[in-house]
Amino acid sequence: MASMRDIKRRIKSVNSTQQITKAMYLVASSKLTRARNRLNDTRPFFNETRKAIADILSGSKGIKHPLLERREVKSSAVIVLAGDRGLCGGYNVNVSKAALERANASKDAKIISVGSKAREYFKARNKSIVDSYTGVSEKPSYETASKIAGKALELFLSGEADEVYLAYTEFISTLTSEPKVIKILPVDVDEFKSDNAAAKSHALTIYEPNEEAVLNYVIPKYVNTVIFGALVESSVCELGARMTAMDSATENASEMIDYLNLMYNRARQGAITQEITEIVSGSGIYD
Amino acid sequence: MAKKTRLRIVTPTGELYNDEAEMVIMRTSVGDIGILASHQPLTTTLDYGVLRIINGDKEIKSTIFGGFVSVTPESVTLLTDASEWIEDIDVERARAAKQRAEDRIKSGRDDIDILRAELALRRALIRLECKNEK
Repeated sequence: MASMRDIKRRIKSVNSTQQITKAMYLVASSKLTRARNRLNDTRPFFNETRKAIADILSGSKGIKHPLLERREVKSSAVIVLAGDRGLCGGYNVNVSKAALERANASKDAKIISVGSKAREYFKARNKSIVDSYTGVSEKPSYETASKIAGKALELFLSGEADEVYLAYTEFISTLTSEPKVIKILPVDVDEFKSDNAAAKSHALTIYEPNEEAVLNYVIPKYVNTVIFGALVESSVCELGARMTAMDSATENASEMIDYLNLMYNRARQGAITQEITEIVSGSGIYD
Repeated sequence: MAKKTRLRIVTPTGELYNDEAEMVIMRTSVGDIGILASHQPLTTTLDYGVLRIINGDKEIKSTIFGGFVSVTPESVTLLTDASEWIEDIDVERARAAKQRAEDRIKSGRDDIDILRAELALRRALIRLECKNEK
């Protein structure tokens, strides 16, 4: 059995760890509230951009655009959105795993990584990382999203990638989130078909200068917003995951402290008993 | 009282404006247009310019840096990457930016540099224009 002093030291160290995890839990939960508000703020722009594309696509038949064109898939690119820091349970690994699965489906897939954890993950697996960003997951900005989207469009238009996927984490609730991989390029025309009902009434819409020019502008914007939305959503998930992880760490620490206290008391009692036995036997009463 | 249309200005980080307006004047890629209520459906892209929202004798101004607008008879929805109200414009900063951009263009180095500088110059000029007209 460990000595009383050892156990005491152990309790002290676990206690200070608990204080840290508790503080991290509180920080994550207050950041989470703010991040969720930001997520809600991105929704209207996304919906409106989507609607505009749906309007154009439904209003005009047989429109051709390089970003809508499906090509034979020779190589693909995957954008991975993960965090810069650990201590958030399986968050980084889960999304990286989902992305890896997608990347392995095609030969020499290109990776665009966001977050140092994703970069390390794919570097360790010898994947070709064409672009990487760090320091965005904490507070994603629209500028970063456009930069990432610009890179994705460049890969797609130059023919280096015939498909571009986006791996992010979907926010379901604070406790549950799920890694998700979606195809962002080429933009799937069928996906907009369901939105068409409302658009039909505006068949007389004028497009200035013309439909193509508007599409030229709107589709890259749409890709931007998809990526931006995913960035914000992922950051919400990261905070949620960190919160859950830190909460259970705090709980584990208190369980451990309880157990160590028990051990300490046992050791103390054992020491007292032993001392009494020694005194009694030393006094020679029973001789 | 003129009929009003519902104007929404939406940016990626949130909704800036969601209220009624009598007339909305903006700069599209093919020229300045003013939109009244019951306008024919229109979708067009926007250029860098000043946006004016007119309500009776009140007028609100803001800058718009690119984006697009979709107009229906009942509403005007403006989607833009960046926009700021006239009172949020920092004249000193805009002047400094203008100076910096002009210097950069004059120095004539890399071509990407020039493109960025020109955009920065246009932004600065729009900001100053928005501020000075009033």
